[in-house]
Amino acid sequence: MTAVGAPQERAQLAPLLTEPEREAPVRRPPRVRGTLATGLLYAALAAVTVAFVYPFVWLVSASFKPRSEVFDNRLVPDTFTLDNYVQVWHEAPMALWLLNTVVVTVLATVAVTVSSAMVAWGFSYFRFRGRGPLFGLVLATMMLPGAVTMIPTYLIWDSLGQVGTLTPLWAQNLFGSAFYIFLLRQFFLGLPRELFEAARMDGANQWQVFTRIALPLTRPALVVTALFEFQAAWTDLMRPLIYLRDSSTFTIPRGLKAMLDQFGFGGEWHWEIVVTASVIATVPMIVLFFLGQRHFVEGIATTGSKG
Amino acid sequence: MRRSETRAAWLFISPWVVGFLVFTAYPVLYTAYLALTDYDVINDPHFVGLENFRTLMEDPKVALALRNTAVFVVMSVPAHLLVALFLALLLNWAGRASGFFRTAFFLPKMTPPVAVGILLLLLFNGQSGLINRVLASVGIDGPAWTTDPTWVKPGLVMMTLWTVGGSVVILLAALRSVPQELYDAARVDGAGWWRQTWHVTVPMISGALFFVFIVNTIHAFQSFTEAYTAYFGSGNTTYSNDAALFYAIYLFQQAFQFLHMGYASALAWLLFVVIMLVTLVQFRVSKRFVFYEGEQR
Repeated sequence: MTAVGAPQERAQLAPLLTEPEREAPVRRPPRVRGTLATGLLYAALAAVTVAFVYPFVWLVSASFKPRSEVFDNRLVPDTFTLDNYVQVWHEAPMALWLLNTVVVTVLATVAVTVSSAMVAWGFSYFRFRGRGPLFGLVLATMMLPGAVTMIPTYLIWDSLGQVGTLTPLWAQNLFGSAFYIFLLRQFFLGLPRELFEAARMDGANQWQVFTRIALPLTRPALVVTALFEFQAAWTDLMRPLIYLRDSSTFTIPRGLKAMLDQFGFGGEWHWEIVVTASVIATVPMIVLFFLGQRHFVEGIATTGSKG
Repeated sequence: MRRSETRAAWLFISPWVVGFLVFTAYPVLYTAYLALTDYDVINDPHFVGLENFRTLMEDPKVALALRNTAVFVVMSVPAHLLVALFLALLLNWAGRASGFFRTAFFLPKMTPPVAVGILLLLLFNGQSGLINRVLASVGIDGPAWTTDPTWVKPGLVMMTLWTVGGSVVILLAALRSVPQELYDAARVDGAGWWRQTWHVTVPMISGALFFVFIVNTIHAFQSFTEAYTAYFGSGNTTYSNDAALFYAIYLFQQAFQFLHMGYASALAWLLFVVIMLVTLVQFRVSKRFVFYEGEQR
């Protein structure tokens, strides 16, 4: 990405800047000016906001409608009912699916955060032969499409007798993930080295330097890692499709797909059930976003992740 | 001392080393081998040479899946980039008030892709969907988005544009770091906001634009969940829609529904080569358009 504010640039422009300041006070970025332009800007922002928020509102609203009114596209339900929320627990093992998802998500998040932090620390604090090329290899693995490793990975879990269990959905995270290793390493590199040398002088061993000094200082980046992975693990469909067989082992996205197949297209046409299950699957992510909003936005802005 | 340091370093990176060997290096080599075999998981792999690649060239479904994927990439990636840039510019112009709007734009990104696929079916439904109701209110007779083969991919593109928020955030961060002096200078030269945007902003954030472009291209080539959710059933309720058969979906079916592991491995390698080539071309072409500060001065 563009490194901004190079000194040469400023130097070149400096003479231009000093002159006109008196007559025309310096204004902020290319702000659209004038009442009309401002009005247009906010009208556009409001229109886009409606377009982005409306599908949520539609979904939530539909989940409170009886079957016959789901598609009436009314914002406020004509007949308000909580039946769908009762019904959905009867039609599918939603509680079990939620529990499975929580288990997978928590394990995936903790595993990837801890392991990636360790690896990132190894690549940032220590100097050892082969470090450069090896880290290049870490970055290169990010370019590899998942499809290339998907089949042998399945065969590995199959030979370990783990197909059909939740293990393949999270256990690979024990070995770190290239993207998070990259992110955390950037963060570690920004910490002053003297801090760690001083701790070493005071008799701390390598592990203590990592856990007692480096990790606490890296909290914001660890939070970003955990939030990203929490979202990724919670919403993943591909792996549950590959590895899960029995509906009692399903995660929420896999269960949601099963409900769509049964109640949407399976001939039963109970879309109110599908809609309600979609709301239940989505709400935890919305809550997560509002809990960690700042970290999400800053994390993405600084790492340019997850286009 | 040095030796103990090296040992500590290797201990710290050991999780990745093990993971790389087991879950990347070995699988890459093993799919390369499987691609030359016939393998159904139950019986041992049976070496067939280049047979899979020959089959693949003549498989009409591969041609269809490649075409579908290419059409989707060509429609969705530029649309994604333009919409993301437009929204980021709006937020940048709004200045301090942008926080609320940024949240609104980003929220859909949190929605599970399965739910996005379901929303697609509901909102774009030809008869009762919201999109066609809105179109009808301005006198347009909307198409059958989810069943008419011509409109399936445009519908998918429009629905996935809903999750453009991640790219908006990246571009907004780039916009915010364009030095103020450049705008002041452009203004002194008499440039209005349109010319400032076109001649200052866009070149200054071309690095971020390129990044978003590349990442989205790679993602779009592997697009799976939304289309699979909406158009492909599993288990005893099988339905499918040829217009939405993306390459990743066909690969998944071959591997895990038909258990043609050898053939699927060959498909995976073809996908890898296609993505590499496209990315390479993009990097080449980008050298002409992307401006990195501090370069060639």
